[in-house]
Amino acid sequence: MMKKLSVENLAPVYFTVALFVIWEAACRLFKIDTFILPAPTEIFAAMVKYWWPLLKNSFVTLWTTMAGFAIAVVFGIALGVVVGWSRTIYRGLYPVMIGFNSVPKVAVVPILIMWFGIGEVPAILTAFLISFFPIVVNVATGLATTEPELEDVLRALGASKLDIMRKVGIPRTGPYLFGALKVGITLAFVGAVVSETIGANAGVGHLMVQAGSNFQMPLVFAGLISLAIQGILMYAIFAVFERRMVAWAFRSSQSAGG
Amino acid sequence: MIVLDNVTLTYPGRTGPVTALAGTTLNVRKGEFAAVVGPSGCGKSTLMKLVTGLIRPTSGTVSIDGAEVKGPVKVAGMAFQHANLLPWRTVLQNVMLPLEIVEPYRRRFSRDKAAFQDKAMALLNVVGLGAFADRFPWEMSGGMQQRASLCRSLIHQPALLMLDEPFAALDAFTREELWCVLRDLWQEFGFTVILVTHDLREAAFLADTIHVMSARPGRIVETRQVPFLRPRDLDVCYRAEFTGLVHELRNKIAEVRQAA
Repeated sequence: MMKKLSVENLAPVYFTVALFVIWEAACRLFKIDTFILPAPTEIFAAMVKYWWPLLKNSFVTLWTTMAGFAIAVVFGIALGVVVGWSRTIYRGLYPVMIGFNSVPKVAVVPILIMWFGIGEVPAILTAFLISFFPIVVNVATGLATTEPELEDVLRALGASKLDIMRKVGIPRTGPYLFGALKVGITLAFVGAVVSETIGANAGVGHLMVQAGSNFQMPLVFAGLISLAIQGILMYAIFAVFERRMVAWAFRSSQSAGG
Repeated sequence: MIVLDNVTLTYPGRTGPVTALAGTTLNVRKGEFAAVVGPSGCGKSTLMKLVTGLIRPTSGTVSIDGAEVKGPVKVAGMAFQHANLLPWRTVLQNVMLPLEIVEPYRRRFSRDKAAFQDKAMALLNVVGLGAFADRFPWEMSGGMQQRASLCRSLIHQPALLMLDEPFAALDAFTREELWCVLRDLWQEFGFTVILVTHDLREAAFLADTIHVMSARPGRIVETRQVPFLRPRDLDVCYRAEFTGLVHELRNKIAEVRQAA
């Protein structure tokens, strides 16, 4: 049992290693040009060689992403509570939000650059714009799907809408919120990097564009991998928080029911 | 004393207005155990919401102790088919929820928390859940969850307990166990009960009075007094008079279903 469990725990490592091995083998076997697809060994060599620019720019991307994401969390929760509170606001705002979310953020970046200039502000705002929507929708859904019978129980006790929100609505939104945070943080990286690619002085996106124009494909891929690592780490951090803060949501799925 | 006087409730449905109740008249004495039985979809649950003031009648009046019900009454405890306990709270915390909402407990909640905890523990002991106070709802069986739900509906000592098929999702043995739990709680505290159910044996075992509703639009078509002496034992269910009463109720419901 113990052994089986550890095999399961190590599965992510096996799969990742296997992916890189197949990648490497394919590159060598089919003699793929480095300029088309660099082999993992070349990418790792580039990572070692350019470790300082990669680290420096990763740090810029990380902080712009986190800043944008933090704004998205604050505004997302606030708007989610407002939208989940009232059916009228929900109906009125929903089409607007869908429309807003359907606009490709790539198309918005040039506008942001015009407004705020080249730099970190457009990256922060793009990260915010792209990760904002899932948070609002999930918080609002969590609030709007409170069991009507439970609401009746509380209303028959004389509970106000605010009471129901505090005692039931907000706690039960926890699992929805954490689900949204995990999706949102990975999206925030996408937003920040898209913005850096279009116009920035720093960040992994900027580094990749420069490396690309110098035909340094291994460095471009090294940038991609450092982004992937950051995304996985942030996701994992939120997953750990989720496990700790809304543990009941995981265990109650095994509930006796009824 | 709960009085429904010629109450009609109509609400807009998808295919035009739906009349859930039509001219329903019902009296429940203070401290009485009343059961409402009827075919499914006869507006029994609507009746519950009317009495607790969660919805207002289209015409007619609902009054409790002589005062017309105009908004959610603040004296009622409710329990439903699903226990609806909050999964992030322990059983004890779930039971104490009403005390965080209902006055005068609410005002004193943080100050008298220890006393309230003792009160909740005492109630949990009555229903046999004393040892499970610190468990979470999802760690317990359906019957245990329903016991906790009953405690939650009684912790603030309501004058009125509204039960909407509270035992319908339980197996037969657990259900009979919980009948006895409810019987004992009622005999100890003396609150008024309105029990909505489609289990005729349940109604006959627990209630003083059984009201039979017709199919939609719902109306009380018959009211039967239950003659069995209290305290009742489960053995009463196997007496000839009991079986006879259940049979007659059964025929009455078959008749109103036919009419629909």
